[in-house]
Amino acid sequence: MGGAIALIDYGAGNPTSVRKAFAAAGAELFTPQAPGDLEGAGAVVIPGVGHFAATAVLEAGWRDGIAGAVRAGRPLLGICLGMQWLFEGSDEAPGVPGLGAFRGVCARLPAGQKVPHVGWNTLDAAGPARLLSGVRGGTYAYFAHSYAAPVTDGCVAVTTYGTAFAAAVERDNVFGVQFHPEKSGPAGLRVLANFVAIAARRPGLRPASDRRRAAARADGIGRPRQDARSGSPAAGSGSQARGESN
Amino acid sequence: MLARRIIACLDVRDGAVVKGMNFEGLRHAGDPAALAARYNEDGIDEIVILDVTATIEGRRALASTIREVSSRLFIPLAVGGGIRTADDAARALDAGADKVSLNSAAIADPPLVSRLAARYGSQAVVVAVDAKSVNGEYRVFARSGSAPTGLDAVSWAREAESRGAGEILLTSIDRDGTRAGFDCMLTAAVSGAVNIPVIASGGAGSFAHFVEVFTAGRADAALAASVFHYAEHAVSDLKAHLQSAGIPVRL
Repeated sequence: MGGAIALIDYGAGNPTSVRKAFAAAGAELFTPQAPGDLEGAGAVVIPGVGHFAATAVLEAGWRDGIAGAVRAGRPLLGICLGMQWLFEGSDEAPGVPGLGAFRGVCARLPAGQKVPHVGWNTLDAAGPARLLSGVRGGTYAYFAHSYAAPVTDGCVAVTTYGTAFAAAVERDNVFGVQFHPEKSGPAGLRVLANFVAIAARRPGLRPASDRRRAAARADGIGRPRQDARSGSPAAGSGSQARGESN
Repeated sequence: MLARRIIACLDVRDGAVVKGMNFEGLRHAGDPAALAARYNEDGIDEIVILDVTATIEGRRALASTIREVSSRLFIPLAVGGGIRTADDAARALDAGADKVSLNSAAIADPPLVSRLAARYGSQAVVVAVDAKSVNGEYRVFARSGSAPTGLDAVSWAREAESRGAGEILLTSIDRDGTRAGFDCMLTAAVSGAVNIPVIASGGAGSFAHFVEVFTAGRADAALAASVFHYAEHAVSDLKAHLQSAGIPVRL
């Protein structure tokens, strides 16, 4: 059994909803008061709604602790803005680096349909996923966001709204969902229960070679992003002076 | 594909649902949490709690109502009616609401919309627009439709968007309570003028009315209260009807 699951409260979004949904999925989450508290955590959850700039708080204090947990093989789940932070950064706040666990930069959803993308949209499976076990392709999940992550390595579910974007990602022990599992009814609770089960299995069942491979990949995590904007889509033209929903 | 949303509105006064239908098997017909759970089981996409409490004592009960409704509800929950200040919004969101709906407060203090959007994100801020046809133009009314503001509905919706609203909850005062159908002209005018989702409200009386508001009215979501109270499986039946009409819904 791993230790308890940590829910990082960095002032973005509604950790209460996430905590409540995890409780329904079978896990009580604790809120670490300082990055050092993550050392005892069996898994880490990064929630979040709001502007990508809010993740600057993570950069200032939490990045090393989170990256250390990932290197130690502990499962990490990013939700919505928390998932976007797993990438290299976002056009929403170009100066703020993400964790860099997944390649690519989040971009504003393209013009041509209403933004923010609010409501229930379908998850189209892009590959086998432990996080989405038992969730059929075509299942509806609840989204509320204006920026989205590109479909790159690690994408296990795609959703289309003007463009195809990553609705769920997973690689080794790092997981992310753009939708809100805490607001996506039974399907969302299933996703959270899957993560709880993944966290409970760690460590021990996985062969040591797998853990080494995960650790090697995670070595790249935690470094500041280098020129991650290059090659990103020229989105964001609808620059709006508002606290954007991620 | 993004589904069109069906939203149930619970009018709550002093912690109890007003006009609540006495569903068979529902122990407390006036209990917002029980009614929300019932709608949730029937496939509702979202719940709105509209606080119609007139007293300060009753308003204090709103937070506990939100806590009760949200405790076992894993779909979006919006709260409106009692949100007059940033503190009111904070209390509602802290209690478990995902969104707050601002109406008269946004008209009186438009920068409040921007402040809340900056603090909580646009997805948490809905601006409710109550509109009525006056001499062929749609005008905005405040204070539950009683106070003319002189604002044009389309212009005000655009301003709300520019100030950071994530959605517009558009109610036709003319149609509200009539069950004569949504005001599709009003809805289409606003929906076509803004680039954020528009929730149509007021006038739902039949399944055909929902089809109309999603096609001619160009609504992104439709809200109703009493129409869902009249039959036990109204939400799932409505969604089946919409799907057969070619409108994407979450089933």
